[in-house]
Amino acid sequence: MNYIPVIGLEVHAQLSTRSKAFCSCATDYGAPPNSQTCPICQGMPGVLPVLNREMAGLAMRLALAVGSKIRRVSQFARKNYFYPDLPKGYQISQYDQPLAEGGALEFDHDGAEKSVRIRRIHLEEDAGKSFHLDAGSTLVDLNRCGVPLVEIVSEPDLTSPQEARAYLNGLKRLLEHLQICSGDMEKGALRCDANVSLQDPASGEFGTATEVKNLNSFRSVQRALEYEVFRQAAVLTAGGKVVRETLLWDEAADEARPMRRKEAAHDYRYFPEPDLVLLEICEARLEEVRANLPELPRRRAKRFVRQYGIHPAQAEILCDQAGLADYYEAVIAAGGSALHSANLMLVDVLRHLKERGISIEEFALSPPMLAGLAKLMGEGILSAGLAREVFQEMLTTGHDAAQIVQRRGISLVGDEDAILPLIGQVLDENPSEVARYLSGETKLSRFFMGRLMKLMGGQGDPAKISLLLDRELQKRKA
Amino acid sequence: MRALREVQEDLRGGRTTVAAVAQMALDRIAAAAQLNAVVCARPEATLSDAASVDAHRQAGETLPLAGLTLIVKDNIAQQGWPLTCASRILGDFISPYDATAVQRLRDAGAVVVGRANMDEFGMGSSTEFSRFGSARNPHDPTRVAGGSSGGSAAAVAAGLCHAALGTDTGGSVRQPAAFCGVYGLKPTYGRVSRYGLVAFASSLDQIGVLAGCPEELLAVFRAMAGKDPRDETSEEAPLPDDDLSINLSGLKIGLPREYYGEGLSPEIRRDIERLQERLRSLGADVKEISLSHTRYAIPAYYIVANAEASSNLARYDGVRYGRRAAQYETLEQLYVRSRSEGFGDEVKRRIMLGTYALSAGYYEAYYARAQKVRRLIRDEFLAAFADVDVMLTPTTPMPAFKLGEKLDDPLAMYLSDVFTTPASLAGIPALSIPIGKTAEGLPIAAQLLGPHFSEGLLLKTAKYIELNCGFGQ
Repeated sequence: MNYIPVIGLEVHAQLSTRSKAFCSCATDYGAPPNSQTCPICQGMPGVLPVLNREMAGLAMRLALAVGSKIRRVSQFARKNYFYPDLPKGYQISQYDQPLAEGGALEFDHDGAEKSVRIRRIHLEEDAGKSFHLDAGSTLVDLNRCGVPLVEIVSEPDLTSPQEARAYLNGLKRLLEHLQICSGDMEKGALRCDANVSLQDPASGEFGTATEVKNLNSFRSVQRALEYEVFRQAAVLTAGGKVVRETLLWDEAADEARPMRRKEAAHDYRYFPEPDLVLLEICEARLEEVRANLPELPRRRAKRFVRQYGIHPAQAEILCDQAGLADYYEAVIAAGGSALHSANLMLVDVLRHLKERGISIEEFALSPPMLAGLAKLMGEGILSAGLAREVFQEMLTTGHDAAQIVQRRGISLVGDEDAILPLIGQVLDENPSEVARYLSGETKLSRFFMGRLMKLMGGQGDPAKISLLLDRELQKRKA
Repeated sequence: MRALREVQEDLRGGRTTVAAVAQMALDRIAAAAQLNAVVCARPEATLSDAASVDAHRQAGETLPLAGLTLIVKDNIAQQGWPLTCASRILGDFISPYDATAVQRLRDAGAVVVGRANMDEFGMGSSTEFSRFGSARNPHDPTRVAGGSSGGSAAAVAAGLCHAALGTDTGGSVRQPAAFCGVYGLKPTYGRVSRYGLVAFASSLDQIGVLAGCPEELLAVFRAMAGKDPRDETSEEAPLPDDDLSINLSGLKIGLPREYYGEGLSPEIRRDIERLQERLRSLGADVKEISLSHTRYAIPAYYIVANAEASSNLARYDGVRYGRRAAQYETLEQLYVRSRSEGFGDEVKRRIMLGTYALSAGYYEAYYARAQKVRRLIRDEFLAAFADVDVMLTPTTPMPAFKLGEKLDDPLAMYLSDVFTTPASLAGIPALSIPIGKTAEGLPIAAQLLGPHFSEGLLLKTAKYIELNCGFGQ
């Protein structure tokens, strides 16, 4: 029986505000424990929260980008429960009056365009972090406590674990593009819980859903969903019933285990937060945010294909991060050709960034510098291979491409009179290969090219040389 | 204490210093230990602050409250001083920051001479629910000082300071003021910043002022009221001016009949009726009105207040500050034992009631409904204020009761708030004024109610009554 997975994702994204949701503490990742706290986020007696307006603005950007309906008046609520990393004993969140409802996230999966409906988007504060030690004690770091979050709940429109991963990717890309959230799951900037059930394809009946938590990477999300879909199918096939429960994903063990009933069963006793006034959003502010929305990644990728003639796959990668796409367009603006610039970025630049573990923002070469390199490729002065070398030298010396080319005396050798004698030399020195080539082993042209490039010290326009080589080889047929 | 006006004249004339005034207050506090009104004094800190005020005065600065000695209720934060809320659960916690109200008063030159006893976390009407033991009424030490700001009221009544800060959620400034024979103001909700006030019921709590006369109460109020960016629920509103004169003729004074029914002590009724007559004869338009929703105030109040309290007190768990249970094996035991050992019985009662009112399936029937009733009570007040300028009611149904008298019956204790809770629910300002004494010499009080932000009118009316109505201490 091919049950149809019915999956919804709840994503928590840390908003990139300068300070916390309700106090002026910094939100930097990785600071020494409890160094970014104050009486307010520590939940001291007598303190009060004050809303960080930047938080609302960022969430509005997201809501507008996915077409959600933003409430003109929304309300904060207290979600009450006891845990050491929640100092007040309640989390300030939103309950029955969230910031926005509706809308949809569009993304690509399996070569098709997908659209998943958004149920709601709301604001809340993060809790601190607990570190459980082996000795049975726990350390609590409150740096993260009070960091602003936006919670994005999808409708259960996802129909496979792979699709869910693609949705998550698309959402991450959107958040990053909108400059709302870094999207870095490793640093906890993006967290995800999933709801899974199976639909009976014959009757159309929906099954009981379980919740899966502790998904700390994109891979975990997919793996955990695969696991749970498989498990539920097995239960149903054996004639059993799926029990509504919450499961914790264990990445190391590659399995999901039910949480103890007590851990999972919470009555949060929601009530409106009396310490905060209603969040009122005026038309003018909404228009301001709308007018300043950046170009969304999918639209941008399509435009790259249309405008620059690059391949859709290349556009996808370039638009995966706003910084990369921005850099690419800056290179073109500085005179680099679209195709060469794309190649340089997708191969050399990305490899370099990965090797160094840095981001495009930290990349040492400016767009005009890369444009200079791309231009030399466009003029035929540099082959791809030479360009690679020049690129490395630009990184080590900081000089621009033109300087390096001049210093090394690289110039395009495309002059037939210069090339032909060399071709003749190579063919004369390798008569048996020539004979084999002429009797059908056309792959040997690469052998000749290799010999030629060696003779020419790597210089020369490969396209032109190849043309001449073919012509000379054909001449030898006779 | 000597009137502030006289003290300030002496300061200007160089005949005294703030340090000397502060020392006098400290001596009187020490001599009145049996009242158990003041639970913490730090003479070194006090005298150091006083010296600082004197230095600022020498430098030519005008500090409107220089010479004023102040006692702060133990649920209002002051940097470097203990903050216990009279609860064991806060252990020996020292506040790392100042409440905005305290900061403003200190900036104006007031000197804090001690911290006042109270009912634990503001939950009580007698200051008998305190880790420090009961406070006593200066007029009769076998009787309660009222609560929850009993220490503040007793201190002012005994002349240990000029003024005291209390907190009023359902009557906790006004009722002890009434029992101790001093003036007690609950400001309009939002008038005074709650930043630094340990929350009991967030939508009801206000820092209030107790003083021996309207002028000094006004001076303290003016120095601390006003919008605070650290408290979103605080409001911007013009301060009352410092002139307390009023032309009474034509002032419309409403007498809500629901406050004058059965259960009101005969002596209180006698004194208020005498006051009503006197005001009439002086030209006020005194008339009976009706606030029919009054009887729903107590149930609505106790649901809203306890619900909010159950959430506000969740942070007292022994994890980060305060007292943690000595023995525990699991997280749950840490919580259960710390809180069971640390909280008094009344606090536990209210947390349980509040948790219940918010729990799944009951929210609509209790908290949500109580908030709707509250809205009706507030609207009824506002409609009534279209026809009258102020209202006159008793503050309490009875004068100060005996220590221990109401401890076995929590509900009887709650009912002593019957005249004060409606104003709390509506957020309107309310002022308790002393108007007489019982045959046994116990203070009798009346309460003035006004529309939002009408503290000035209430204090002017109080001053008028003090001067012209022949009652006074």
